[in-house]
Order: sequence, then C-alpha cells, then structure tokens
Amino acid sequence: MTAAISPTPSAKVHARPMLEINKLGKSFGTTEVLTSIDLSVRPGELVFVIGPSGSGKSTMLRCCNRLEEPSSGTILLDGEHVTACQGRALDKMRLKIGMVFQGFHLYPHKSVLANVMLAQVKALKRSKADAKTRAIEMLEHVGLAHKAESMPSELSGGQQQRVAIARALALDPKVMLFDEPTSALDPELVGSVLKVMKQLREEGMTMLVVSHEMEFAREAADRVVFMDGGVVVESGPPEEIFGNPQSPRLQSFLSRVNRGGE
Amino acid sequence: MNDFIDLFFNLDIMAQAWPLLLKGLIVTLQLCGVVIGLGLVGGLLLALGALSPRRWLKWPAVGFIDLFRALPPLVLLVFVFSGLPFAGLDLSPFVAVVIAFFLNNSAYFAEVFRAGIQSVPKGQAEAARATGLSQPQTLAHVVLPQAVRNVLPDLLSNTVEVVKLTSLASVVSLSELLYSANMARSVTYNSSPLILAALVYLAILWPLVRLISRYQRGLAVH
Repeated sequence: MTAAISPTPSAKVHARPMLEINKLGKSFGTTEVLTSIDLSVRPGELVFVIGPSGSGKSTMLRCCNRLEEPSSGTILLDGEHVTACQGRALDKMRLKIGMVFQGFHLYPHKSVLANVMLAQVKALKRSKADAKTRAIEMLEHVGLAHKAESMPSELSGGQQQRVAIARALALDPKVMLFDEPTSALDPELVGSVLKVMKQLREEGMTMLVVSHEMEFAREAADRVVFMDGGVVVESGPPEEIFGNPQSPRLQSFLSRVNRGGE
Repeated sequence: MNDFIDLFFNLDIMAQAWPLLLKGLIVTLQLCGVVIGLGLVGGLLLALGALSPRRWLKWPAVGFIDLFRALPPLVLLVFVFSGLPFAGLDLSPFVAVVIAFFLNNSAYFAEVFRAGIQSVPKGQAEAARATGLSQPQTLAHVVLPQAVRNVLPDLLSNTVEVVKLTSLASVVSLSELLYSANMARSVTYNSSPLILAALVYLAILWPLVRLISRYQRGLAVH
C-alpha cells in the first residue's frame, strides 16, 4: 500500500501522476474518435475536460476503465497498466477507478443501501456488516443517509446522482471519473451534486471530469483540457483557458458556450 | 337435455373416475415440474448464447431456438418416442415426453429471456462492470433480476402453455391427466371424466391466468 495521499500543493508537484494517458487512440470501425491523447492527472488534482459534443471526451473517459477498449496507447493508474489487464485483473483494477455516469444508472430493483453495498460485498469481498457500515458512512457523506432504505425511483435526479457517487466512493477508488454528471439534471438540482464534488476535491480525491459546467470548472478545476475532433487542443489552468484562450477552436467554442449559457 | 347431463356431467361417474384422475394429475404435475425446470435453465442458457458476441456460441443457439420453435411439439414427441428407438435409443414415455417438450420449451423460454435481457438498459451492466463486478456477477445481481421482472407475464404465460402442452403426452400412452380421463371415458362409455379433467386444468391454470392479468395491468399502470 502507498502512503495516504496528501492534498497539499507540494505533494501535487512532486508525486507521479495518479492517472496517465499516453498516446490513446480509439476508432469505431473506420471512424477515428480519439487520436493520440496524452493527459495526466496528478494525485489530488481535479482535471476538467471540455469540448463540443462528439469531440471524444466521453470516449476518452470510458477508455480509462476500459468500458471502451482503446485501439492504441496505454493508460496507467498509479503506475499500474490498466490497458494490460484482462479478466479478473481488469475487474480488480476497476475497483480502483470510480465512475459516475450522466444517467446515474442506479440499480432500480435494489434499495439505495443495497446499491452502495453490492460491489463492496461481491467484488471487494467485504463482509456484509462492514459493507453496510461503509455504505452508511458514504451516504452520510453525500447527505443521503436518511434515504438508505428508499428505492432509487423515490429519489430526485440529484439525489440519485449523489447515491451513484457514494456507490463509487464506497470502493475506495484512487481516482474518480465523472462523465457529464449533471447533464441529465434539472437546473435546480445541479448545485447539490457539484457541492459533493467540491467537497471531494477538498478531501484530496483525484478527479477527471467531463462536464459542461464552465462556472464549476473556473472555480474548482486545477487544470482544464479542451478537446475537439479527438485531440487535446489546449490545456492549462482555468484562468488561462477561460481568460486567454490561444487556439481559434477554443475561442469559438467558448464564445458559443457563453452565448448559449447566460 | 337429460342425456346431455348424463353423458357429460354425471357426478357418480366423476366420483368413480376421481382416483384414476388423481394419479394422472400427479404424473402431469411431475411432468410440468421437470419440463418447466429444464426449460427455464435451458432457455436461459440459450438466451445467453444467442446474445453472445461470440459467433460459435451465438449461431448454434439461434439455430436451436428457431428450429424448435418452428417444429410442432406433437411431431417432435412422435419423432423422439417412435423414431429414436430405430437409432437404438429406447426411451420410456416419460423420458421421451420430457425430451421432446424440453426441446420445444427451452426455445420458447429462450425467446422470453432474450427479450427480457435486451429490455435492461446497457448502462446498468456498464455501471456494474465499472464497480468491478465480473460478467457473471453483473448478470446474476443486476441484469437478470430486472430482465425477469420485465418479462414475468410472458414467463408465466409460457408456463401455462406448458401445463396444457403436457396433455399431448397422452398420444404416447403416458398416463397423465388427460390420458387417465380418456381411459375412464372408454371404460364407462361416458364423457364426464373428460369434463372433470377440464375442471382440474381450469383449477390449476385459472389462478395463474389471473396472476398474469394482474401483472399486465400493473405494468400498464406504471
């Protein structure tokens, strides 16, 4: 086991990347969706990925836990090859990579508590008692311990997404991937999910987030990556990306987003 | 009118025939248990095969399902019972019926399971795999419970069909419910035992049919 990760700035500078994507390529048939993506996320860092739809952001994220099979390139998690894993080794690797989806994907036939316990018991082999304790702890963390016995259908979208976050966190992942976590939510529910994500960041969780929440990116991201047409066009601290965009593609993307937004 | 009642609704003859019919009913229930049990297991495996991305699994499963759904169960039964002995396989009527109806039924159950599994959104399995569950675990704990719930009325309908289907076993002289009733009829020269058998089928199947209607209404409401 490695030592606990400290979220202090000095740790961020010196540590090796927690997640390292090297020359990642992905094609569906003859259509190339990702071309030689290089991206790394340091421990405790929150990296935000923005870009127009169809730019390959989600595909890139889904390659990180192999829900999509990369066509080329390598992905390392804390120095371990994600891309080399097969079978049970891949299942074990996925325990260390939390993922939150746009559509929540809670299991509708299981209670909130059972949703958060399932993989702990079946994949992580925790005892039911330990898994329950941990599940309640994580539900408290996202402010939903009082909903433990509810069914997912009884929750609002924002609550469902927070349960989905708790479900991923309960496995003690090293990195959390967020695939447009607020895109399916009513505007008034977005805030509660972003609040949980901000809290996670303060606790030092390593996060890679694909999202359209520019305001949140400006506030909370350490780094913003702009993707378009399957390549990383520009990346840097939020103030540079939003305040002083270099490439014409990013400039036009931001002006479109701003016009569409406020 | 009296003749009609005497020939079809003769209570004395029904009472006489009852012990024989009861024996037949037990055989029918045994047959149903075995055929439904095997059919469910075989159907599930066939559905998984048919949905597999591996061609060497997919095509044999699809071929099996198509073939045995298309063949009339009576033809299958006669072939297994009367045909296989020529190939050196002498089967008891019970075993022949089980084999023939298993072939037919697992194909039907496979179609129901396949529809059920396909009705579960892909994101469910992805979410499960993303939390480190293996493919069999994902199937057992996430996909199948939802799939079965989505097609429960169809599974039950198919079960009703199996119970009725077992009456075909009388053609190979298996003494199930209908065969026993027919025996009683030929002995008494009276059709009342057949009516009694029909009432027994009704008593078994009516609650199931009601249950299916309730589920279907329930699904329509939600």
